[in-house]
Amino acid sequence: MSALAKMASNRLFWPVVMLLVLFAINLVAFPGFFEITVRDGQLFGSLIDILRNGAPTLIIAVGMTLVIATRGIDLSVGAVAAISGAVACSIILGSPAPGSLATVAVAITVALLISLVLGVWNGFLVAALGIQPIIATLILMTAGRGVAMLITEGQILTVNSPPFKFLGSGFWFGIPVAVIIAAVVFGLAALITRRTALGMFIESVGINPEASRQAGVRARGLLFAVYTFCALCAAIAGLILTANTAAADANNTGLFIELDAILAVVIGGTSLAGGRYSLLGTLVGALVIQTLVTTVYTVGIPPIATMVFKAAVVTIVCLLQSPTTAEALSGFRRRLAVRSGKGVAAS
Amino acid sequence: MKKLIGIAATGAMLLALTGCATSGNAASDGPKPLDELVVGFAQVGAESGWRTANTKDIQASFEEAGIELKFSDAQQKQENQIKAIRSYIQQQVDVIAFSPVVETGWDAVLNEAKAAGIPVVLTDRAVDSQDDSLYVSFLGSDFVAEGEKAGQWVLDEYADSSESVKIIQLEGTTGAAPAIDRAEGFAEVIAENPNLEVVASQTGDFTRAGGKQVTEALLKSNPDVDLIYAHNDDMGLGAIEAIEAAGMEPGVDIKIVTVDAVKDGMQALADGKINFIVECSPLLGKQLVDIVKQINDGEAPEKRIITEETTFTQEEAIEALPTRQY
Ligand SMILES: OC[C@@H]1O[C@@H](O)[C@H](O)[C@H]1O
Repeated sequence: MSALAKMASNRLFWPVVMLLVLFAINLVAFPGFFEITVRDGQLFGSLIDILRNGAPTLIIAVGMTLVIATRGIDLSVGAVAAISGAVACSIILGSPAPGSLATVAVAITVALLISLVLGVWNGFLVAALGIQPIIATLILMTAGRGVAMLITEGQILTVNSPPFKFLGSGFWFGIPVAVIIAAVVFGLAALITRRTALGMFIESVGINPEASRQAGVRARGLLFAVYTFCALCAAIAGLILTANTAAADANNTGLFIELDAILAVVIGGTSLAGGRYSLLGTLVGALVIQTLVTTVYTVGIPPIATMVFKAAVVTIVCLLQSPTTAEALSGFRRRLAVRSGKGVAAS
Repeated sequence: MKKLIGIAATGAMLLALTGCATSGNAASDGPKPLDELVVGFAQVGAESGWRTANTKDIQASFEEAGIELKFSDAQQKQENQIKAIRSYIQQQVDVIAFSPVVETGWDAVLNEAKAAGIPVVLTDRAVDSQDDSLYVSFLGSDFVAEGEKAGQWVLDEYADSSESVKIIQLEGTTGAAPAIDRAEGFAEVIAENPNLEVVASQTGDFTRAGGKQVTEALLKSNPDVDLIYAHNDDMGLGAIEAIEAAGMEPGVDIKIVTVDAVKDGMQALADGKINFIVECSPLLGKQLVDIVKQINDGEAPEKRIITEETTFTQEEAIEALPTRQY
């Protein structure tokens, strides 16, 4: 196999190519696309925006990757994100000192704790009751938004709290806080699942739950753990999203983010059939999705065509990745080679 | 045997259909006492401060009038709204009111309501249909006029400018009446001055997060923009965040004009971060109750009822803010 062919067979090849193509399109439309400047000690530029705005999707996609590896899915992440934002904002609003660090710490802690409960609930439905993940998490997906609406009483809660806002638009050592949080979540997930046997167990449950049970893997506990972790990721993302506009919007926070997260995982080469997963792939997938959004704006694609444009890009990535297309392509190449005489000479 | 059951079932269904055709229309069997009336309302969602104020006002008005209101929230999706309307038809409510997410695609479900004899009232947003017998009344603002008022302010503000003025437009939900009409009214008025140029126009879906993300990206590719025209306050508030993050001063370095005049928007106007707001009143509850009462009494409500509204400058906002209800 030639070096190029070897590279092309890597599952990250096409997503990375897609990302580079999108970068190139942006660069043509807007020559300053790659520029990163330092302003008041803070990094500033389109690429930084992509990282910052993509952070919530990436965080959720990390949790989603592990869930999908167990042959599951979590549709409730958007609703969980909305709940955590609603909880945090209503605590901050109800406190006499909305701007104090202590208030914000309490708000964040409570929001995260609640997400653990929600995750355990999902885990319970899937692992203990054996309900299909898509149905089990659909319950929280629909009911969760209602819960978030109840918490905010149907209003968009605007908070005036600098420490909370910091989560969404602050900087640490010049880097957006949201990006740092995403990096930590990503790093921890990679470390814990890849440095230990945990990742292997997760994959084995996804490939063959029965066989892995007989081999002594405690599938039930594992499922509880991944759904809980996924909900925690969703809550962290929800807090960032909410802090970004300093307002809890029960209806829109994290709306459709489950689809983006699942897409990121799939673009990253992890199969929805469970088993082998790639966190690195998910990272690339999340970047592709966010860059796609930015491209729509920089290129000036009219709003009516946005959906079609996105669908086209996603379709291309999926087509390129599919084994059938790869097969057809290499067959085409072989035939070309034969026709140009090389094949004949060789045989 | 199966066939027989089938025939019987169809017959029963037909009976039920005709049944609701008569019972659905309150007026045909004389006015009902108010506490027996049931109104189904299908709301767009809770995408903006305007919308949540609208919901609150409608719920409060019906409660005050002692009329039962069934309320549903479509989370900005047309299919959800259609489902809600269908369920109101099934429940044989007396009047259906709704604010259509987008303009087109309503004929089928509205024909079902018509066939069931249930009068439909449009609130706030219009439908785009050839057949205006599908609803009895449309209560709401004139969005084109709102766009024109916004355009007029921009025209006046830059009347003496000899250089080109670069404008970014943040559009509402794609396909929604207020997004289409506010763009149209604005474009018509600013066309008078060829210096006024819309350099980019994208949807922010009427939300803060949308307004912020679009502005952030567009500011990178159009750093020399002079003014942002947002189809509602929330997107304008998102734009403020993005402008501040880019190290510029909203209202000064980049001027902002919005529509709605909800409290958060008015606060930003009073603080000098927005320059001008065209009012769009969400307080439609009382008028909707009146329309329902008219229908119940067998009277024909006016086909088009336009809400009266004004505009606010920064000074006017400071004055109005303390008494603003929403
Ligand atoms: O239909 C009215 C518009 O809808 C809302 O979402 C906007 O804020 C308001 O201006």
